Amino acid sequence: MAVIAVDGLVKRYGAVTAVDGLDLTVDAGETLALLGPNGAGKTTTVECLEGYRRPDAGTVRVLGLDPVADARALAPRIGVMLQEGGLYPHVRPAEMLHTVAAFHTDPEDPDALLAALGLDEVRDTRFRALSGGQQQRLALALALVGRPDVLFLDEPTAGLDPVARRTTWELLGERTRGGTTILLTTHLLDEAAAVADRVAIVDRGRLRMLGTPAELTAGGDGQVVVRTDPALDADRLAADLGVAVAPDGPPGSGRLRIASLATPELLTALAAHLRAEGAMLEELHGSGRTLEEVYLRLVDDPASRRADDPAVGA
Amino acid sequence: MSGRAVLAQARLETRLLLRSSESLLVTLGIPLGVLVFFTQVPVLPVGDGDAATFLVPGVLGLSATATGLVASAIQTAYERKSGALKLLGATPLGRGGFVVAKLTSVVAMLGVQAVLVLGVALVGLGWRPAGGAAGLGAAVGAVLLTGLVMAALGLLLAGTLTAELTTAVSNALFLALLLLGGVAVDPAVLPDALAAIGGVTPLGAAVGLLRGVLDGASGTGAALATLVGWGALGTFAATRTFRWDA
Repeated sequence: MAVIAVDGLVKRYGAVTAVDGLDLTVDAGETLALLGPNGAGKTTTVECLEGYRRPDAGTVRVLGLDPVADARALAPRIGVMLQEGGLYPHVRPAEMLHTVAAFHTDPEDPDALLAALGLDEVRDTRFRALSGGQQQRLALALALVGRPDVLFLDEPTAGLDPVARRTTWELLGERTRGGTTILLTTHLLDEAAAVADRVAIVDRGRLRMLGTPAELTAGGDGQVVVRTDPALDADRLAADLGVAVAPDGPPGSGRLRIASLATPELLTALAAHLRAEGAMLEELHGSGRTLEEVYLRLVDDPASRRADDPAVGA
Repeated sequence: MSGRAVLAQARLETRLLLRSSESLLVTLGIPLGVLVFFTQVPVLPVGDGDAATFLVPGVLGLSATATGLVASAIQTAYERKSGALKLLGATPLGRGGFVVAKLTSVVAMLGVQAVLVLGVALVGLGWRPAGGAAGLGAAVGAVLLTGLVMAALGLLLAGTLTAELTTAVSNALFLALLLLGGVAVDPAVLPDALAAIGGVTPLGAAVGLLRGVLDGASGTGAALATLVGWGALGTFAATRTFRWDA
């Protein structure tokens, strides 16, 4: 059974349709990233699942329960990290975390959690004196402390430095291995690729693409960049490989770009060409389609925007 | 909502009320300052009796106003603005648990204030209520009722206005009630219209009730009814208009 089920979700704010017929499921123990630009409807979707907002159409279920009608039954089983993440200005991290731990029947050890998130040194510092990253980590600790079955994290690493971000990802990975289901929103492509089992790209309230990071980046043309000494002739190499080859970088760099994925066949042919030319390999790397390319193509395409957006056409 | 959760949250709320210096100024500083200053410096028209007898009921009412209408309201408004309220609403504490915890913290604060105000009056100023121990007991009950009525009105502000506006409005109301509610200024010296308005304000009614029970007088029914009316009105409006997110 899907732990999170979104079925035809529509949510409007006045004339603005924030979520426009979204379907999604997240299975037990899975981490799904909602990836999209600002205003894509990510937060609205999550807030419908958290019970903060009622859908205008469609249904949402978490652990088979209605987030609004069954809020009381659901509360002990979910952990929520809000985008705003604010707390009382005068509250101290340790007392806040201990307080929220007391709401749950079998909480994690608050002090161990503070240590794991690097908040030990500021455990008695007033909230307003914490850095943005420390406030963010405290918000995460509050979501985790009740040992939730389902975690909703709205931009969990926004404003974190790279080390804190990685620590957060590791912490989430540990929870997933323990069976926790995670739905997170992000507009960071590396975050989606690093933590999510599946990525849902949303834009203007609609699902644009859904799959594992590998599925999303599969296909496409790819390229192989090669540098040799002496430099190869692009035309002769192209004729030999049967694909387009163009100089890469400034003339004289000796670097060529081959328009192909780095298949075993291509590399064998390339090696044969090097042997025939008597050239030494100095640099070689291949790349497929990146998540960034997929994302930008979906959400940054002015043509698709015009076609989909009745307001622009009118 | 479990008892344990409510208790944990009530402890947190109470600690926060006691931690903020702005909040302590209004909950303890101003009421005790009014009591001590105006009993020592005879500049106010305090009626015929001695100054403490006039001031103690008003200061008790003012303390309850400071906690319910000002400190708790401002704290709640900032909880709402920061997103803390929203977050707590999704925890097992729940919204009902939050309100119970909030009112519990108000009651705890009222206890601290009552002990200090009555302690200063009884020990420091040699004040003795005409109504005796029974009057004191009834006064504690009246303080509790006043605090809860003021908290209902405070939550009405905090749940509908921005945090900044809540701060401004609650402080303005506090000052107006201080002047019109029969706390430090004898209503007898006010213009009739102002005295009449003052008498039907929640603090005016509370002070009337407190003065009556501490003096051991009868005829506090109208004041009690007015106070309860304000409480009902505040609760009704707050439960219908309160917004949990900013």
